Formats: sequence, C-alpha cells, structure tokens
Amino acid sequence: MNENFSEPNDSEVDELYARLDREAKQGGYFLNPDVEFVKGLVRGLLINERRYGYRACPCRLAADDKQQDLDIICPCYYRDADLSEFGACYCALYVSAAVLKGEKEPSCIPERRQPFMGRAAKPGSSGASPDAAPVKLSVPVWRCLVCGYLCGRERPPEVCPICKAGRERFERFI
Amino acid sequence: MNFEHVAGKERGKITLYALSTCIWCKRTRELLTALGVSFDYIYVDLLKGEDRTKAIEQVKHYNPSTSFPTLVIGDKSIVGFREKEIREAIG
Repeated sequence: MNENFSEPNDSEVDELYARLDREAKQGGYFLNPDVEFVKGLVRGLLINERRYGYRACPCRLAADDKQQDLDIICPCYYRDADLSEFGACYCALYVSAAVLKGEKEPSCIPERRQPFMGRAAKPGSSGASPDAAPVKLSVPVWRCLVCGYLCGRERPPEVCPICKAGRERFERFI
Repeated sequence: MNFEHVAGKERGKITLYALSTCIWCKRTRELLTALGVSFDYIYVDLLKGEDRTKAIEQVKHYNPSTSFPTLVIGDKSIVGFREKEIREAIG
C-alpha cells in the first residue's frame, strides 16, 4: 500500500469525472445526476488508485491485492445486478434510467459481494467448462465479468469495448 | 486502535466503523454530528497491521459481510446509511 501519495486535486477529479461520464454514456450506463455526490466518489477512486494501484470501490474495504480485489475494481462485477434490482450500484455512482429521470431515489443497498471466505476465485463466474463446449468453435468465446460483453477471439480484448474493464476481468465462456 | 471522538449529547455508546473514501459513511457521520450525539468513529481503510485485523474482527462480529458503514448503538447494529433507523435508534 502506498501511503505517500498526494491528494487528488479538483482538476484531476473533474477530468476523471468527465471521462467516466463519457464512457458510461457510450456503454449505455448513467452516472448519478448528483454531480457533487459523484465527484466525492471519483475522489475516492483516485485515492484508491494511488493507494493500491487500481481503482478499488470507494465504498468497500480493499484487500490491497489486485487478484483478491478484481471483483470490486470500479465498475464492479455487481453493478449490473444492483442496477437491475435497486436502480443503483452499491455506491450509487451508476444509476438506472428510472433514477436518472427522477422516477426513483437511489438509496443505500445491501452488499451483494460475499465475504472473502465464501467467495469464488472469480465471483459472478458462470462460464461453462471449455471441455463442455457443445460445438467445436473456431475460437473461444470470452465474457466480460463486469458487463457481460461476449466476443469470439483467441484472447480476450485488452480493454472491454463496452465498460473498459481490463483483460484480466474476462472469463472463458465457451 | 485510536477512535476519533465527537463530543455531544450522551445516548449510550455509539461507534461508527467507516471508510475514508465512502460517501455513505460520510453521510452517516454527518447525520450523527447533526443529531448532536456523542460518538466514536474509525476509518478502517487507514488502519494497518494488527489494528486493521482487530477492527475488521469487530465489524464482522456485528456485520458478517464486513461492509461499511457499520454503526453500533449499544448492542444494536445498523449496516449502511439507513437514516430512519439511525434516527429511531438514537431517539
């Protein structure tokens, strides 16, 4: 853990905010319309990036081990399920269209992540065993564990074109 | 482990386990401050070594999912920023 980092300044927060907003819209997601609330979370993401080397969820306790924290790098593996069920992700950084339109209020929601002992190596993993492929494929199919994007190619993309998750957050699906 | 103490009206022992980067934790702390009660809080993400392990154990005791904020009011615990419940518990 790096403790000697400089606190993010306002222009760094604004810059990441603008980028997350743009990327969310491109992928069909929405940031919480409460800009000050979101900037508070963005500041937390920047602090965690400096502290741990990756943007761990600001509302969860990171283990300071990227492998253990792969599921809670923002956007986390739980975002889509929480958006569908509660209209917001765990932090309320991302919200559903209904919340965006003001038809629903985002609130504090229960933690979907399992405690460490009960957690699979790849939480949310639902991929079939490669041996169980029903048909012979010319290339494997990879699934983004953050947004569910599927692609058929030799290796997963370096960055998910939908949600910008890194290659290490893909699983072999078929 | 060094808890930060906030002075105020005595309503029994109130302890807030929080993360320094978490906005819901911040809202919980602000609510307690606005209610004017005496409470102690700690940022678990800023702790190291034994203090961190000890704090996590304490949180786990009240809240097995070890999520934040975990607020302990007497022997009752409230997980998350649940304004109505917090107001009711403090009275």
